[in-house]
Amino acid sequence: MAISLKVNGVSRSVPAEPDTPLLYVLRNDLELNGAKFGCGLAQCGSCTVLIDGKAVRSCVTPIGTLEKSEITTIEGLGSLAKPHALQQAFIQEQAAQCGYCISGMIMSAKELLDRNPRPSEQDVRTALEGNLCRCGTHNRIINAVLRAAQANGRT
Amino acid sequence: MIAPALNRRQFTAGLGAIVVAFSLDPRHASGQEPPRLPGSLQTNRKLDGWLRINADGTATVFTGKVELGQGILTALAQIAAEELDLPLARIKMISGDTGQTPNEGQTAGSQSVENSGTALRMAGAEVRAILIELAAKRLGAAADQLAITDGVIAAPDGRKVGYGELAASVDLNREATAKATPKPPTSHKIVGKSIQRFDIPAKVTGGMAFVQDMRLPGMVHGRVVRPPRYGSKLDSVDEASAKAVKGVLAVVRDGSFLGVVAEREEQAVKARDALIKSAKWTPGPELPDPARIFEVIKSLPSKDATIGVKQGPVLASARVLEAVYTKPYMAHGSIGPSCALAELKDGKMTVWTHSQGVFPLRGELVKALKMPANAIRCVHAEGAGCYGHNGADDVAVDAALLARAVPGRPIRLQWMRDDEFKWEPYGPAMVMRAKAALGSDGKIADWEYELWSNSHSTRPASTNGTNVLAAWYLAEPQAMGPPTSPPQPAGGGDRNSIPLYDFPNQRVMHHFVQDMPIRVSALRTLGAYANVFALESFMDELAAAAGADPVAFRLAHMKDPRARAVIEAVAKKAAWKEGEKGDGTRGRGIGFSKYKNLACYVAVIADVEIDRATGVVRVPRAFAAVDSGLIINPDGLSAQIEGGIVQSVSWTLKEEVRFDKSGILAVDFATYPILTMPEAPKVEIELINRPTERPLGSGEGSQGPAVAAVANAFAHATGKRVRDLPFHPARVKAVLA
Repeated sequence: MAISLKVNGVSRSVPAEPDTPLLYVLRNDLELNGAKFGCGLAQCGSCTVLIDGKAVRSCVTPIGTLEKSEITTIEGLGSLAKPHALQQAFIQEQAAQCGYCISGMIMSAKELLDRNPRPSEQDVRTALEGNLCRCGTHNRIINAVLRAAQANGRT
Repeated sequence: MIAPALNRRQFTAGLGAIVVAFSLDPRHASGQEPPRLPGSLQTNRKLDGWLRINADGTATVFTGKVELGQGILTALAQIAAEELDLPLARIKMISGDTGQTPNEGQTAGSQSVENSGTALRMAGAEVRAILIELAAKRLGAAADQLAITDGVIAAPDGRKVGYGELAASVDLNREATAKATPKPPTSHKIVGKSIQRFDIPAKVTGGMAFVQDMRLPGMVHGRVVRPPRYGSKLDSVDEASAKAVKGVLAVVRDGSFLGVVAEREEQAVKARDALIKSAKWTPGPELPDPARIFEVIKSLPSKDATIGVKQGPVLASARVLEAVYTKPYMAHGSIGPSCALAELKDGKMTVWTHSQGVFPLRGELVKALKMPANAIRCVHAEGAGCYGHNGADDVAVDAALLARAVPGRPIRLQWMRDDEFKWEPYGPAMVMRAKAALGSDGKIADWEYELWSNSHSTRPASTNGTNVLAAWYLAEPQAMGPPTSPPQPAGGGDRNSIPLYDFPNQRVMHHFVQDMPIRVSALRTLGAYANVFALESFMDELAAAAGADPVAFRLAHMKDPRARAVIEAVAKKAAWKEGEKGDGTRGRGIGFSKYKNLACYVAVIADVEIDRATGVVRVPRAFAAVDSGLIINPDGLSAQIEGGIVQSVSWTLKEEVRFDKSGILAVDFATYPILTMPEAPKVEIELINRPTERPLGSGEGSQGPAVAAVANAFAHATGKRVRDLPFHPARVKAVLA
């Protein structure tokens, strides 16, 4: 069984069953590291990706429902050489300790900035409520999202 | 006339041992002990064990300490680059590999900068001196006339030689002498700077950053099935039901250890579900009644030690106060469940692991797999945030057991969320009783404190048992080693139980409880979080009884100038107002400790807001002042202190591992909630740099002061005190009723 998915603008065929969670396909078939397994229960947000612009938990999203969707992972935002404003801001704020939750944080923040380019601190906190961080990097993460919003505002 | 030349240790070791030592080690022929070397140089004495100079002008640094998300590899690279006069970009770090690096035991207890950092500082200075000596010969100039810039050594006449050109003639296969003087802090160019961490760019762009991200050619996927509770026995399981799942390569059963290997990860998960469904277990002993857990802990056999005794006169007129505090079991709750890769190939087992100690882990693998140490290699790769002894070592052994079923194919095993929550060793539940006499002068005249706690250290490698989960469930089960407790002054359950305050009389008793009804081990700070909570809460209770301001009361009992400085600095930063009253829903409190009574000084002030109707407590803001001696990386230090405060607020407000007699009830983030983004306090930090003092461990310095600050802020706001953690809404409502 093969299923076709459009990830970061590229169509890919993957040899997986339709009930396979998107997360495993992204990580194992497409070799994308960003989305992480944290709970498998849509409780922690570390597997967050964008599906048609909406932040979604890839650990509970079966690929069979996604053949017509545009999937964006953190690899689709930018790269080491050409980071997205959010990625740049997270580096500048040193907004990671272990960093395991950070891809999910950035993807949830991307959805926020797409619909609200100038969020308040409270907006950021609310938007990231479903993304858990265990190291206590919360302050830096919030500051990084606000910094990215400011950077976007200037361009 | 041999005896006078022997030191006490050799003498008491017995004659046989002396003879052997003489014949093996020429240093002993003269009756001399090898000189004491600083930091981890003492146990890893060769220079090339730490540093190598490469032909391309770079240096390779080897450390036994590992990255846990605390930024340690960046800090250690800063130290090495500083002493070697190399730009950071030309430092390559290799860490935690039984095949390559020094054995520095565990990366734990905020000791990496102190131990590995000191070794690298001294080794770096010595290697630099060796390079200068070689360059002097090469250039025909006096050593003290040479100047080094970015790894190039120049003579006064302008002739130059680079480290790369000297690489071939540098022989570092020699014992360190620790005679070269490291740079004075005033000439530091890299140490003391907020260097950005090396690992962050990859982590924000989907780079390969974690052991969870490793993909080896031909890799397959494993999952394990754990029993319903501790000590259960697997009676039967329908292996065929799992083998019927597409892609399954093997079902592995060894006694009550059960796992599965499949081509694809989701297939392994499905096969795990099938095994869970059909497995029949004889359950192990019931867990204690959670309502009586603290009585149970106090009633179990304990080894008792009296520590920190001071004796002086006590006035008969003194007022006596007493209070009992408790702390529940708490989970590490890392966001990424534990993970390892293992491959058995040509009789050799390689394990990629986020263990805090690759050498101790190898020790347990030797026992669990019954393989010789030289057939096992453990290589560190980062995992999700590590806050102590979590499932890292256990999952590595699980992976190795599964790898034996598919030789030649690397297997990747990540625990499921419930594996992690139900089976990780928790931070132990503790009971703390404090009693003090308050003199008519408003000062503490007598202090008595006792605590009951299980071990905070059941890590690998045990000297007399096997300290990894799977080993206890094999067909030939291996027993867990006896519980241990690090001795004072650092301590285990009794960490930070001896007050730093100047009391004329004090007595501290550590009841080290031996039986372990629930699996426990090291969680960040060991006993310090609970002891600082109790000790600093009680300081505030005494201050209130004396009618004194909490900051002034602490200063009145504290001589240590560095402790006073952080208390005064945080009071200033938070604009603390002496005698200010809480208003029933808002308040602020202070907490202080010198971590382990020998590492960093931290004082925290927290603000709280209480919704009296719902019982929900919030911590909108916290301030901290920190003295960690010489600061290696200011931003890295801030991140550790800030993270520690937020994590401690999470522990304090929300966290408790729930269980009943049938087993552990914490299985996910719904049954074990942690602090969310809207709930996180804003944190402001002041660093006090002391360039002439040695660097002090700081990764665990702020959790104790933070819980105390929150508890004291609650009491300040409401006039009522919560002495049992956490601040659950129901408990808060009951206290306020």
